[in-house]
Amino acid sequence: MLTLNMAIFLPFLASLLIPFIYRRHFKIHIGWFVLIVPVILFITLITYLPQIKQGDSFTETLNWIPTFNINLTSYIDGLSLIFGLLITGIGALVVFYSIFYLDFSENLGHFYTYLLLFMGSMLGVVFSDHMMILYAFWELTSISSFLLIAFWYQRKGSRYGAKKSLLITVFGGLGMLIGFLMLYQITGTFSIRETFELIIPLKEHILFTPALILILLGAFTKSAQFPFHIWLPDAMEAPTPVSAYLHSATMVKAGIYIVARFTPIFGGDAVWFYAVSITGLITLFWGAFSAIRETDLKALLAYSTISQLGLVMSLFGVSSLSLHPTITINEVLYTQAAFAALFHLVNHSTFKGALFMVVGILDFKIGTRDIRRLGGLMLFMPISFSIALIGSFSMAGLPPFNGFLSKEMFFQAMLSVNEFDFFSLNTIGVLFPIIAWIASVFTFIYSMIIVFKTFLGKPKEKKLSQAKEASFGMLLAPSILAIFIFLIFIFPNVLADNILKPAVFNIYPNLENNYFEPIKAWHGFNTELFMTMGVVVIGTVIFAFYRRWNIVYKLFPKFLSFDALYNNSLIFFDRLAKNTTSKYMTGYLRHYFQYVFITFTLLVGFTLFKLNAFSFSLTGDEPIGIFEWILAITIIIAGISMIITSSRLTAIVINGYIGFTIALFFVLFRAPDLALTQVVIETVTTALFLLALYFLPRWEEKRAPVRERRQNFIIAASVGLVFTLVALSVKSGRLFTSISSFFEDSDEKAGAANIVNTILGDFRAFDTMLEVIVLFIAGIGVFTLIKANKKRGAHNLEDK
Amino acid sequence: METLIIIVAGILVTVAVYLLLSKNVIRVILGTAVLTHAVHLLIMAMGGFKGDSVPIVSQKETSFVDALPQALILTSIVISFAVTAFFLVLAYQTYKYTKTDDLSEMRGVDHE
Amino acid sequence: MKINDLILRSVTKLIVFIILTLAIYLFFSGHNAPGGGFIGGLVLASAIVLLLLTYDIETFKYSIPFDFKIVAAIGSLIVLLTGMGAVLFGKPFLTQSFATINIPFIGLREISTVTFFELGVALAVVGVVITIILSISEDV
Repeated sequence: MLTLNMAIFLPFLASLLIPFIYRRHFKIHIGWFVLIVPVILFITLITYLPQIKQGDSFTETLNWIPTFNINLTSYIDGLSLIFGLLITGIGALVVFYSIFYLDFSENLGHFYTYLLLFMGSMLGVVFSDHMMILYAFWELTSISSFLLIAFWYQRKGSRYGAKKSLLITVFGGLGMLIGFLMLYQITGTFSIRETFELIIPLKEHILFTPALILILLGAFTKSAQFPFHIWLPDAMEAPTPVSAYLHSATMVKAGIYIVARFTPIFGGDAVWFYAVSITGLITLFWGAFSAIRETDLKALLAYSTISQLGLVMSLFGVSSLSLHPTITINEVLYTQAAFAALFHLVNHSTFKGALFMVVGILDFKIGTRDIRRLGGLMLFMPISFSIALIGSFSMAGLPPFNGFLSKEMFFQAMLSVNEFDFFSLNTIGVLFPIIAWIASVFTFIYSMIIVFKTFLGKPKEKKLSQAKEASFGMLLAPSILAIFIFLIFIFPNVLADNILKPAVFNIYPNLENNYFEPIKAWHGFNTELFMTMGVVVIGTVIFAFYRRWNIVYKLFPKFLSFDALYNNSLIFFDRLAKNTTSKYMTGYLRHYFQYVFITFTLLVGFTLFKLNAFSFSLTGDEPIGIFEWILAITIIIAGISMIITSSRLTAIVINGYIGFTIALFFVLFRAPDLALTQVVIETVTTALFLLALYFLPRWEEKRAPVRERRQNFIIAASVGLVFTLVALSVKSGRLFTSISSFFEDSDEKAGAANIVNTILGDFRAFDTMLEVIVLFIAGIGVFTLIKANKKRGAHNLEDK
Repeated sequence: METLIIIVAGILVTVAVYLLLSKNVIRVILGTAVLTHAVHLLIMAMGGFKGDSVPIVSQKETSFVDALPQALILTSIVISFAVTAFFLVLAYQTYKYTKTDDLSEMRGVDHE
Repeated sequence: MKINDLILRSVTKLIVFIILTLAIYLFFSGHNAPGGGFIGGLVLASAIVLLLLTYDIETFKYSIPFDFKIVAAIGSLIVLLTGMGAVLFGKPFLTQSFATINIPFIGLREISTVTFFELGVALAVVGVVITIILSISEDV
């Protein structure tokens, strides 16, 4: 049986294999192989169900970087199991669907590699207990999402959408990372479960609220909450299976997972409650409101996803109230909200997945998703129509579909908010159900648009009447989801008892009794039901005046939108970066060297001066013989004449002279190996220089202006001076004894008498190995510099 | 002797920096070569010149010259050779296309 | 213009072999006396450079038909593999070992895995130096 860690890594392993099994002219669609992965994982996760239901949880630790206490701890409990099942279950359906959606002409190898990468990292997010590991997987989902959105990278829109989503989600992710680090500062642990216990007495800590806000930033950007929602509609450039999978069913729910996971830590805090619930409500409203404006079905679904995510988010906000110290945990009121949130989460995945797949079918079969060009498809595509109908009605919150149940529970939770008399909720709390209700009206309208504008009415274009129903394979996956939509409505408690309730207990670790009422479709004529009826009536009226309603959107000027803000700030930063960079990156090597040397001189010189570190004594110096004097003086003369000379040949010969003199120095220093090497190297180097001279022109008599030369000289002299002063100080005040005596036992330790060679070949063989590799790289570099350019020709030096 | 060697190294560093700041490619490359020489001298001086014998173990000798700087320098000599060779080839290949060995003229066009 | 380099050619023929012998001597003596892989390789390379300077490239390529890139690669590979050898015996990467064995006719000698390591270094040095010189010369 698969262990949990293996479960996370199975998709990664499979994605590694894909390049090897994928061939463009393969007869069998590679999706069939990929399909095995989520199916196996789904079955594996199902086997955990019975024990999770008992309230058990499983941990599995694999040491990764034990020194830093970073271990791969996988943790499975009710909450992560829900997400795990969604990831693998919807994953299997999406892969199956994609087999029919993407044909052989696409680059399937890339597609499935990215998809598996995503699947693995998403599983990593929900099963990690260690915050740093969670963060790593979190960013991996952003990256795989980026790759998948840009799957059709030839399109400008795809590239734009991919970049946008990456920028926003990674920005939020970085915020979350800082939040995690702050939490670590507070509690001293990276384990989420340990934090539950440790945080309780530490809520007054100064970093508590910043950490909370930063972690929420990560969650909100990922879950496309207002005002970070702008990336999701642009992400719809991805292939439809991807939209169905990442951008409605799984990845965008990672933020919700984080909120749910951290509710035990932050729940009961006023900031948390307001941030989560208000953001959720605004997103719910704005998403639904904007969805109606859209004419592209996928964009419409994107906004509806944003709106639904806001709904779930606001429910989690409300549910956090039950962790307020004055509330006894077992009061049903607010814990029910968490239950509703999870319930709606699952429902949303079913109906939104089905709707996306239907839209994909339309796109695939007809070639457009614009509702202005669609219409009257009911007769030609009856099965697609039925699925769309079921999905939309469920989304609108109508019986007999699962959306109805969770929508009623949502109203119930919102109505209960103003019963709470902290955080001045008994006054503001009235707004909650009102906003929720208005948003629901919009939700109803856009749900109706999806069905009626596409499938009813007259075919607007000729090709629509030739439309044919999609193949069986393509319809299978959305049909399964549609069946689930209906089944959940009839047997909601099967889902609730087995999967949802254990998760609620994970959000509220202290929750005791089994108080949950079973979900009922009919609970009398109460406020919630009247609200739903109101939604239907008002919604129908507005839908009837759909055209007039559109005028409302004209009131919002385009340049004030968040999209415009994003685009403009991107341009602004681009320019800012370019202007600042071009100020100092002048393209002149001389300038760069100046930066380096001036910084060095000032920094080191100032430190030397400030710390009063300069010291000098001649004690301990070896006496200087006549040979040393002669060599030293000739080197100095050679060096100076090297600057003065105007002949390149002279300069090279002088360089050789310095090299050979240093070889002589090595002899005097009793370093025979060095002397030998230096002599040979210097010979070869001089030969090289002379060879290169063959190609290079003579030095012209044109010399640099005096001012420039003076500048150069001042810099050079000050670098030399600082260098000498530091070296003298180091020599005069030794702080450590030499470690060389260790190597002097080379004969016993390595069986060799030559200490230098023993250091190179044995004690520090690793360095030598790398040195050989550097040498090798340099050789190859020289070879390619010469040969590669020769082949390509000289004219394309600047590829503009 | 250490002091003398350090001063020689300091003067070589001055020469090297002056060469690096000039505009001619060959001068810059020579600058890197001279800088290497200076650093070798510095490392030797830092190790000190005490000890009676070359660092090769034999029966009659007991104190050796510090072997560690020598090992470091040996590595450095070979690497600097490789780097110098690479620089040279880079320089003359660049010259082939740009027809100048003046670094201030080699500056490319601004890319968007 | 034909340069009269008869003396150079005659001397080279003789000297190359002396240098080669010196290279081999230096390579093997590196264990207990000055020398070793780097120096041995460099001296060997300088002998070949001398050959190159004396004769033209065609003659050179005809008489020494190696691809020196491959020589360099083999050298680097040997360096890596000797390191791996230690891993096979459960020792840390690049651990060297030695033993004193009695070789017939030669007597007691220390045999060390460092020799293989140094052989790799020497081959890499020769390969790289000659690759560099050859590439430049051929570019003329």
